[in-house]
Amino acid sequence: MPKFAVIVFPGTNCDFETVEAIKKAGGKAERVWYKESLKDFDGIVLPGGFSYADYLRAGAISARAEIMEEVKELAKDGKPVLGICNGFQILTEAKLLPGALRPNKIPRFLCKWVYLRVADTETAFTGFYKEGEVIRMPIAHAEGNYYANDLSKVRITFQYSDENGNINEESNPNGSILNIAGISNENGNVLGMMPHPERASDRWLGSEDGLKVFKSMVEYAKR
Amino acid sequence: MFPHEEKFIREKLGRDPNEVEKAMIEVMWSEHASYKSSRKWLKLLPTKNEYVILGPGEDAGVIKFDENTAIVVGIESHNHPSAVEPYGGAATGVGGIVRDILCMGARPIALLDPIRFGPLEKERNRYLFEYVVKGIADYGNRIGVPTVGGETEFDESLDSYTLVNVACIGIMHPDELVHSYVTESGLLLVLVGNKTGRDGIHGVTFASEELSENAEEEDRSAVQIPDPFTEKLLIEATLEAVKTGKVKALKDLGGGGLTCASSEMAGKKGFGAVIYADRVPQREPNMNAMEVMISESQERMLFAIKKENLEEITKIFEKYELEWTVVGEIIDEPRYIVYWGKEKVADLPINLLTEVPIIEWEVKPYSVEKDVRTPEIAPQDAFLKVLSSPNILSKEWVYRQYDHEVQGRTVLKPGLDAAVLKINDEYGLAFVSDGNPSYCYLNPYHGAMTCVVEAIRNLASVGAKPLSLVDNLNFASPERPEVYWSFIETIKGLRDAANAFRLAYVSGNVSFYNEVGNKPVKPTPVVAALGKVKLEHITTMDFKDEGDLIAVVGVTKKELGGSELYRILGIEGGIAPKVNLDKEKKNIEGILKAIELKLVKAVHDVSKGGLAIALAEMAIVSGLGFEVDISKVPVEAKLSPLEVLFSESQARFIVSFEKENLEKLREIFKDFAVIGEVKGREMVFKSNGDELIRVSVKEGRKIYGSLPRLLGE
Repeated sequence: MPKFAVIVFPGTNCDFETVEAIKKAGGKAERVWYKESLKDFDGIVLPGGFSYADYLRAGAISARAEIMEEVKELAKDGKPVLGICNGFQILTEAKLLPGALRPNKIPRFLCKWVYLRVADTETAFTGFYKEGEVIRMPIAHAEGNYYANDLSKVRITFQYSDENGNINEESNPNGSILNIAGISNENGNVLGMMPHPERASDRWLGSEDGLKVFKSMVEYAKR
Repeated sequence: MFPHEEKFIREKLGRDPNEVEKAMIEVMWSEHASYKSSRKWLKLLPTKNEYVILGPGEDAGVIKFDENTAIVVGIESHNHPSAVEPYGGAATGVGGIVRDILCMGARPIALLDPIRFGPLEKERNRYLFEYVVKGIADYGNRIGVPTVGGETEFDESLDSYTLVNVACIGIMHPDELVHSYVTESGLLLVLVGNKTGRDGIHGVTFASEELSENAEEEDRSAVQIPDPFTEKLLIEATLEAVKTGKVKALKDLGGGGLTCASSEMAGKKGFGAVIYADRVPQREPNMNAMEVMISESQERMLFAIKKENLEEITKIFEKYELEWTVVGEIIDEPRYIVYWGKEKVADLPINLLTEVPIIEWEVKPYSVEKDVRTPEIAPQDAFLKVLSSPNILSKEWVYRQYDHEVQGRTVLKPGLDAAVLKINDEYGLAFVSDGNPSYCYLNPYHGAMTCVVEAIRNLASVGAKPLSLVDNLNFASPERPEVYWSFIETIKGLRDAANAFRLAYVSGNVSFYNEVGNKPVKPTPVVAALGKVKLEHITTMDFKDEGDLIAVVGVTKKELGGSELYRILGIEGGIAPKVNLDKEKKNIEGILKAIELKLVKAVHDVSKGGLAIALAEMAIVSGLGFEVDISKVPVEAKLSPLEVLFSESQARFIVSFEKENLEKLREIFKDFAVIGEVKGREMVFKSNGDELIRVSVKEGRKIYGSLPRLLGE
């Protein structure tokens, strides 16, 4: 059974539920304090929260932590690396993913359930989804407004949509270019997403749509 | 301090206290820290039932949820600081209550924020509102504790002031309970967390006085500075330390700072303490013993541990990069001794700090409740006006700024009758708060009861059986005889309502002196209630299917005093809603039974705005319309249609259900009438066939969502 490290920086706050979601998806998972080693793990998850209280810029300080060098190595080896919310911000700050996450178009924190359209089922995290599938999960961020100068290099994974999968301005909660909610690297083994799949992995909490992100990741890591 | 208290202290001590001692005594004898005006009356409240593990007396209450799960709950006010510096005041209010839960050994899992302001037309009130919300959001979001509900209310009497209350719950295994007092001497006192600065000096004394008109300039230094980043580290480090089983006592540093935390920890069971104040890590240069001892700098905890466990425990603090210092120790002799370097700067009998004599103030009843004639205005106009009131409007603008999903437990989200958190695969915990200063002003006794029964009705509406209560009593100066009378009446109301449901108050808070510029606030008790619900029984207020019947449970009376209709019409008097505990109990039990038997599809408690608004909310949340005939509503005496629509009588619910369940529901409820059905996309009220109101759900939604517009967005 593949084993995942859920990295905990000072200020990370979605680590426990992310571990639970991975376990539910059939993987092993452990919380790993950012000063510990990533040896013996088959994949990495950077969970949500406010690492270093978002001082400087969201994710900026964590991206420069020593442990991120190890994450980069693992990413290069093709191991799955998933960044959720603050984890996505860390991945762009660490240049593991292109582009940047700017303050929301209405510049304050927004906690809300949204619909997403799956744009790419070929990544390490989307194998269980169908192309164009519309899924539901919550966002909770103040800086999720994705932007990249050169979109040709961006592999879009998830886009904010309405419940019928239409991608339009009304369904864009934060001003992201092309309604981008999640992107992957060229290889598809590093993915960053602002919505929280771990908060949509239990039917009582409103949706189980997010569980497939973790199931896909576990399945990919078995290969 | 009052002259008779100073005299008492001199006599006990046989000398004048020195400057450090005087500052510490002043802090501990403040109303906020000592409860000297309220303690006698608080004893009237019931504090025991089969769920209570730990009642009032420590930092938070503890109740049993099941054999393996204890729930810790507390409530706090941060009114004075928030009125002066809304962002920092509200944020540190959150931080304080979270540490209260934490120091019992529990992981904080949810917050509720009942907040109250003056009218939004005024810029100062908008400023207070926006920054209180931002303060709560920035702090709660960063420490990863979801804010799952609360209340937001606006009232003329709170102009340029604010009541910021915050309730928090935590979860733990019952065996992990850590007390806030020591039972042996020789233990080391370890201070962990932030450095100590000059912020919050005399915070509790400031919270024990009325604010002057110039409070913003004069009192900023009494407000603490929030640091949620350190708080989050403190949460994780504390929980890890508690898991070792080697933490002997634990308290957070809140009001009264190090003096309060250490003297209460030592003195409760008759021990004493020596504090080496100069060892306390200081944020600012040249601080003196007095400043260190009474500073209310945030994000600090005090651990009592055995010498031999020091290394094991402090290693945990170091992992989280938290500064720690051994600042003192517990001694057998019941004295409180403070050193600054080699100099002994204070030496007091410890009970002079922890046992403050009560004060009883003069009492004078008042009576402002009298019947008035309800003006005749068109129901359609009244409906649109009441729906547009900031007190009725959706608070989405507020709760979208709160992370209400973090930790992955939030089953029922904000904006419904109560929040529900998933505790295990079978059961959830419902959590709600209620207050109504308009009723409480008109009739403090019944007003207090309405807070309790409305909270319980909210729990019942989602299918939850009540477990426990906490209370936060926000009042003006107790030195005003009318205020002190209303306070005592309030306690009696809280007592009687809780007793009727065999419920206990496991924790609480009293905040007096809520006045600005000599203007007292209305009596404002706020009650938070906890309930237990089977996940599969959870019910929500939104209409489910067209064709479902709509019925009202309970009797409607001419009780519009303090109602939202009277408020928008500018009517100050009227008869406030009265509580009939027997009917209340029967209807609540009936609702729980109807939910358990799966007879109802939607349930909503009738409160602010009466039947008209309750129905509108059920429609707006679902998108489905309705048609009702209000002449079918059970009434006590002859009421005008407007009064039927907007009366705020208690013990009422609206339910929607399938026709085939009608007979079974009739058997459950005595006061029950079908008034219409879920139908179309319009909200239609008729009376004996005459149409009174017709508004599309779409238009209703637009109005209901218009709070941002009132803020100029």
